[in-house]
Amino acid sequence: MKPEVFEPKIVAFCCHYCAYSSADLAGSMRIQYPPNVRIIRTPCTGRLETEYFMKAFEKGADGVLVAGCLEGGCHFVEGNLCAKRRVNYTKDMLEEIGMEKERLRMVNISAAMARPLADAIIDMVETVRKLGPSPIRQKGSLKQENRL
Amino acid sequence: MIVAQRKSIPDLLEIIKNHKKILVLGCGTCVTVCLAGGQREVGIIASALRMAAKLKDLPLEVEELTIERQCDNVFIEQAAEAIERNDAVLSFGCGAGVQAVAERYTSKPVYAGLDTAFIGILEERGVWTEKCAACGACVLHQYGGICPVTRCAKHMLNGPCSSSREDRCEVDPKRQCAWQLIYKRLKEIGQLDRLKETKPPKNRRLGQDGGYRTIIREDHRI
Repeated sequence: MKPEVFEPKIVAFCCHYCAYSSADLAGSMRIQYPPNVRIIRTPCTGRLETEYFMKAFEKGADGVLVAGCLEGGCHFVEGNLCAKRRVNYTKDMLEEIGMEKERLRMVNISAAMARPLADAIIDMVETVRKLGPSPIRQKGSLKQENRL
Repeated sequence: MIVAQRKSIPDLLEIIKNHKKILVLGCGTCVTVCLAGGQREVGIIASALRMAAKLKDLPLEVEELTIERQCDNVFIEQAAEAIERNDAVLSFGCGAGVQAVAERYTSKPVYAGLDTAFIGILEERGVWTEKCAACGACVLHQYGGICPVTRCAKHMLNGPCSSSREDRCEVDPKRQCAWQLIYKRLKEIGQLDRLKETKPPKNRRLGQDGGYRTIIREDHRI
C-alpha cells in the first residue's frame, strides 16, 4: 500500500484582470494545474488586506497564493504594489507567530500567461507539500476547516 | 493625533500568558487613524494571537471588540459585558485609553497592546511624524508655526546651533534642521524680526516635571 501523499489546501486570491483570466485561459487551453487551489476572485489584489491572509491561515489553509498583475500593469495603477507590501508585512507577522513565511506567496501574472500561472500553482503546491500540513490545522483548526 | 505602534506577537503572548480568555479591545479614534489599534488591527492581532497560542499549545480564547473611544467613560461602558466575560483586557488604545479602562474596571487586569509613541501627524502614506511634545506652554506663534521644542533635536529656543549642515540636522542628516524651517517660514510671512528677540528659558514646570498634569474648567464643572 502506498503511503498517503499530503494534498495541501491552498487559497489563491486571483485578480479579476489578470490571474483569474489566465486561469480561465488555462481551462480553454486544456492546461492542467493541481486541484489543491481554491481560487477566490478579487477585483484587484490591492483590495486584499492583511486580515484576509490571516483569516485564511487561521481557518486552516496550508498556503495562500496571491496572484496579481505584472508590476506596472495593474488595472488600478498600483494595486498589485500595495498587495506586495501587505504580503511582505504578513510574512513578517507569520514569522512572529512561528509559522513558515513560505506558506504565503505573491506572484505576478498577466491575463495571457496561462502556462506560467499553472507553473506557479504547481510550484506553490510543491513548496507547501514539502512544508507539510499547516500547524494550525494539525492542532485542530476552527469548525469551518472542512469548508476549505 | 496620538501615534502608537503595536507590540510584537511574542511580547503580547508574554503579557497575557496567565490568562485563558482575553478581550482584545480596540479604539476607534487616534490609533485607528495611525493603523495601530482600530477594528482592522484588532482583527489581525486577534487572529495572530489565536494562531500563536495554538502553535504553543496554550489554551487561549480571544474575543475582539472595538469601541469609539477608550479614553471616554461613555464609550467604555459599551465594553462592560465583553470585559465581564473575559479574564483580562488587552487594550489597543493609547496609554490614556488603557488607563481609563483599567480605572473603570478595577477587578480586571488591563494590559497595553501598543507602545504609545507621540503626538503627531500623517506625513505621507504610512509615515507619521512627531509634531508636538505637549510641553504645556505653546510657543508656536513665535516660530512661524514650527515647533523648536519638538522638532529641534536640541530643543533650542534661540537657534540654530552651529552644527547644522545646510538644511540638515547634525544629529540625524536625514532630518531637516527645524531652525532652517523656522527661518524660511518666518521669512515667507514677513516676521523675521521675531528672531531678533532673545527668548528666555522656557518654564519647564508646565511640562512633565512634578507628575501628571490636570486642567480644570470651573465653568464646566457640576
